[in-house]
Amino acid sequence: MTAIRHLLTVEQLERPDVERILERAESFAEVGRRDIKKVPALRGRTIVNLFYESSTRTSASFELAAKRLSADVVSVKASGSSIEKGESLKDTVQTLSAYGPEAIVIRSPYAGAAELVTRWTDAAVVNAGDGKHEHPSQALLDVYTLRRRIGALDGRSIWIVGDVLHSRVARSCALAFRMMGARVTVCGPPTLIPPGVEDALGCEVAYRLDDLGGADVVYALRMQRERMSESFVPSLREYTLHYQIDARRLGPRQLLMHPGPVNRGVELAAEVIDGPSSLIATQVESGLVVRMAILYELLAGGERPRGGRARGPDAELPAPTPIGEPA
Amino acid sequence: MSDARPISSLDWRGVDAPPGPELLLRRASVLDPRAGIDAVHDVVIRDGRITGLAEPGTVENGGAESIDAEGMRVFPAFFDPHVHLRTPGDEGAEDIETGSRAAAAGGYCGVLAVANTKPPVDGAADVLALREQARAEASVPVGFFACITRGMGGEELTEMADLAAAGAAGLTDDGLPVRSARVLRRALRYQRLAGLQIALHEEDPELSADGAMHEGTVSAALGLAGIPSVSESTMIARDAALARHEEARIHVLHLSARGSVEAVAAAKEAGVRITCEATPHHLALTDEEVRTLDSAFKMNPPLRSEDDREALIDGLRAGTIDCVATDHAPHPPERKEVPFEQAAMGVIGLETAFAVLHTELVVPGRLGLDVLVDRMSAGASAFDLELPSVAPGSEANLVLVDPDAAWEAGAQGWESRSENSCFTGRELRGRVLMTVVGGRVAYRQRQFAMGVA
Repeated sequence: MTAIRHLLTVEQLERPDVERILERAESFAEVGRRDIKKVPALRGRTIVNLFYESSTRTSASFELAAKRLSADVVSVKASGSSIEKGESLKDTVQTLSAYGPEAIVIRSPYAGAAELVTRWTDAAVVNAGDGKHEHPSQALLDVYTLRRRIGALDGRSIWIVGDVLHSRVARSCALAFRMMGARVTVCGPPTLIPPGVEDALGCEVAYRLDDLGGADVVYALRMQRERMSESFVPSLREYTLHYQIDARRLGPRQLLMHPGPVNRGVELAAEVIDGPSSLIATQVESGLVVRMAILYELLAGGERPRGGRARGPDAELPAPTPIGEPA
Repeated sequence: MSDARPISSLDWRGVDAPPGPELLLRRASVLDPRAGIDAVHDVVIRDGRITGLAEPGTVENGGAESIDAEGMRVFPAFFDPHVHLRTPGDEGAEDIETGSRAAAAGGYCGVLAVANTKPPVDGAADVLALREQARAEASVPVGFFACITRGMGGEELTEMADLAAAGAAGLTDDGLPVRSARVLRRALRYQRLAGLQIALHEEDPELSADGAMHEGTVSAALGLAGIPSVSESTMIARDAALARHEEARIHVLHLSARGSVEAVAAAKEAGVRITCEATPHHLALTDEEVRTLDSAFKMNPPLRSEDDREALIDGLRAGTIDCVATDHAPHPPERKEVPFEQAAMGVIGLETAFAVLHTELVVPGRLGLDVLVDRMSAGASAFDLELPSVAPGSEANLVLVDPDAAWEAGAQGWESRSENSCFTGRELRGRVLMTVVGGRVAYRQRQFAMGVA
């Protein structure tokens, strides 16, 4: 069986890759219902979580996912580490690779950081968010969550609402939803929709929620308060007036998603967060099994990876020819 | 405007040295569009000048070095009004010796080094020190810009007349725009006393902000903050209006966008004394290259859309864009081996400029070879320097090129101390074999040197 070597972007994935990972996630869902929530799939493997940005659910769920698969996990956070002392990403990765991890899970404030890491280690690399670029594990868990609830996404209409410009979740989700056959519309203040996004993500653009009624799923994005002072939007009040998802705007048959953490009363009204249409809590649950499936895919899904030494000139030395044999 | 002076009077190792030995290039295909020369000749170089263009095969070799140049082209050598030699302060990236060697290897008979060094070149003593260093180290003539504003701070003018007296080649805050219209207006007015050309990096920092690449479909896909084209074109329009108002002359550095070409064309139409340049990378590449987030493609201004590139090529052909400049910007690996957003902006370009444009524009028929040859050296006149020529009687500044040679950029290393080329690994056609400056051989390509030995 072929498995992917790294999970860097949704863009690199093919639909069969997604299907395979999500099927695996289904099988891991059962593990969570056991008394002892653990399988020996990755026993003896080492996974490094390297987080350059604060994160609660992504770092916790990757750590827990690794532990449920019986892997050894080391979590390195930017604060209190050599990263704070100005060590470069390259040096940090090469140092950590000397411990021979099979996988490195990295969250970075910079686009392309995970892809760069693959150049400096033999370990499998998981992008747990790179700048405003991509967040593929989030997109996979969102597809998983939706499919469990409504089945195939083919022909479904999904609206992604809010600050698309600054959102890696929006980019990865739009690509993943489209790959699975859904139609995607991004909607938000014109200043927070990047020019060229239609071609970039293959989606429709709307600046008003007027046509939201046609959506099967409403995926709201986190609206950060800094955006007001940066004059992307004039005020919180005007934003909520035009883009907040509340019980009036969300129809009874429409599903609501959000990557968390939610700004209550900003992008979402309290009544819809905990309402029957909300999949937000399910998304968090799905995060664990999908991340288990991702780690399994990279470390046990195909050929066994070589183990993560730092790349060096001696990595590929040919075996010596025995004396007396023809060379 | 002062009278044009010879390029070889800029500072370099050859400035006070005797001219090289006599040199004969036999059966070379000579092209000098400005002089109306396009024929096969024996080229005779004596006492630093081109003394004759004779019928092929007619000149006897009287003890001179004789080179069989059959099938090779001879052009006026190139001139680059915009390079970063990183001296003083960042010699780990480049210095005058390595940077001028890279220039010689690219076919250049002269370069102008911009002033955003550490510290910036903003006083007469800085200029004099660099000139002295160039006389000891430089393989080709090097002129030095000084800053428009003290410390490139954008607020107080430098002692522009004193800098001119010290031999500065021009004034620029390149790396940064002159943000204040008031400050730039005063610099332009003061040009009546100082005389020096003022070269402008055009960018509205309010619009480009923390952008890392061109704003467009690719930046939308990558989630990178974009630098919109209007951040450049609006500043060009502003500064052209100021130059017109003050009857000053300006040179616009590194155009990247269609709107910028249009702004310069409008200014020229209105009679503004404005010249401008474009780089080989903006003429050959687009923002599609950035899709892989390879920091080799990070520079300022950024690579833009195919439509912008088309406008630059058309502008170069029409003469709206006066010349090619490389914006040669060396960086050590540690400033590039980081995520794209953190990476330093800039690429080296001297050693590949002609070959890249020959391969990407001339070979496919997008641009005439004569136009390219003209634009590769036309920048000299914007800075009061004589245009290189191969007409008899001219100072011998010429380049010998094998137009058919195929080579891989970077495969044999670089003369520059840095390797941050955005063309590494690319197959190129057309290679500089020899560069002659003031009659002296400044560079010989390695295999070619072995061939003649």
